Amino acid sequence: MAAAYEAYITGVGQSQIGIRLTRHPLLLTLDAVREALDEAGLTIGQIDGVSTYPGRTPGYLGFSPVGADELVDALGIRATWYAGGGEITSQLGAVVAAAAAVRAGQARHVICFRTVYEAAAMSRPEEYPVPRRDRVDGTSQWVAPFNATSAVNWTAQYAMRHVKKYGLTREQLAQIALTDRAHALLNPRALVREPLTMDEYMSARMISSPLCLYDCDRFSDASTVLIVSAGDAVDEVSCKPVRIAAMAGTVERLSWDQAEWMACYPTGADLWKRTDYKPSDVDTAQLYDGFSFQAVAWLESLGFCDVGEGGRFIEGGKRIALDGELPLNTFGGQLGAGRLHGFGFAHEAVVQLRGLGGARQIPGDPRVAVCASGGGPLATALLLARD
Amino acid sequence: MAAPRPLPRLDAENRPFWTAGAAGELRIMRCRDCQAFIHPPRPVCRSCLSENVAPEVVAGTGVVDTFTVNHQKWHPAAEVPYVIARVALDGVPGVYLTTNIVGCPVDEVDIGDRVRVRFEQQDDVYLPLFEKVV
Repeated sequence: MAAAYEAYITGVGQSQIGIRLTRHPLLLTLDAVREALDEAGLTIGQIDGVSTYPGRTPGYLGFSPVGADELVDALGIRATWYAGGGEITSQLGAVVAAAAAVRAGQARHVICFRTVYEAAAMSRPEEYPVPRRDRVDGTSQWVAPFNATSAVNWTAQYAMRHVKKYGLTREQLAQIALTDRAHALLNPRALVREPLTMDEYMSARMISSPLCLYDCDRFSDASTVLIVSAGDAVDEVSCKPVRIAAMAGTVERLSWDQAEWMACYPTGADLWKRTDYKPSDVDTAQLYDGFSFQAVAWLESLGFCDVGEGGRFIEGGKRIALDGELPLNTFGGQLGAGRLHGFGFAHEAVVQLRGLGGARQIPGDPRVAVCASGGGPLATALLLARD
Repeated sequence: MAAPRPLPRLDAENRPFWTAGAAGELRIMRCRDCQAFIHPPRPVCRSCLSENVAPEVVAGTGVVDTFTVNHQKWHPAAEVPYVIARVALDGVPGVYLTTNIVGCPVDEVDIGDRVRVRFEQQDDVYLPLFEKVV
């Protein structure tokens, strides 16, 4: 029996990924729950915890249409612990919370989920009205008055610093999008299943320099589920458990513009303080890439290369390809598979460590994977190991 | 007339920042005990936890720390392209302002450019925009 103080990811599941889906978001969540339960050989009656990010967002339901307490109620779960909220270290912070809960004995099997419904909501504004605001407050007030309303504008400024200070080129940055799209071709569920060429990338329209259209993910509708199980409960599951070997996360100034460095940098450093594993032990990296540059920043943050060397590290794309020394975002990332909002990276890390990647399975016998969500003002990194 | 922008909701904490431009001044909250600047403004110093804080007039000049040229029309009325920048203020260590660099072509902005504040009034808000010092 595994040690009770350890936490594992057992079953993982995912709904279809699409745009403008009409299936109810609670039912998309159920699709992912069912798949995760099936993989783990668990029944819903064995689930006693639920964790989600960012919880139900009543102001705009497309962003997060299903809450933790709502799922508990809707699926008849007898929960001894649950949590959902956005005031946490980005999307995978919900997994960190669940791991802490099972380690503390508050629950044995926790469903962690992220359901996104932004494309569907935008196509049905009468059902999902966009809130009208006459004034902005909170951290928005420091950026929105300057028409810097999108996260692409905030991320682009960090990317521009890399361009000017470290010589990051568009050809280098393109490797994130090109790699994602190449990997997405091998993922039957991926949203975008067309190859992308360097010429197409280089001639794409600029969104917020240096980030072009192909550097940005696209609103999607989907649900992803990871079941986090206690060490003394993994005997109940039929799939190979994947141990959460280390976790780290932080907020680096709540208002993005006050953070000299993105939060991924201190988070990456913290991760390696909590494990004996080293970056050279990692068989695959699944790193947040809602905007391509975030993956570059994560590669540097996690010590795969020095700060400022991310562009040269991915140059040509061979190193991060499926058969490269560090296969990156093998499911297509968010630029290829769709905007699963953080959970897709942990899902894929588990799939690869179990050898269930099918056409996109990385060669060899992968045993250690790192996955990460966010990167800007909020960041979470998980090190997963198949011991 | 300038195109309308999303404006901040004014409250006791942020009003000094958003209205100081009426007097042509840029004000940043500062701790009177340890002298650290506090931005966004809050009623406590994040360096020493002192509550002895007050807005202070600062130089209103600085350096472009980083920037981006936005090309996407987020609203039908938006005029693109425009420069979004993060300015490091002279004499205000650790504080950056997100702003727009105005008064020059978008391709003439670069990291390290010297800039000075130029306020744009909309309703009761004075937005600190910046222009290059030539």
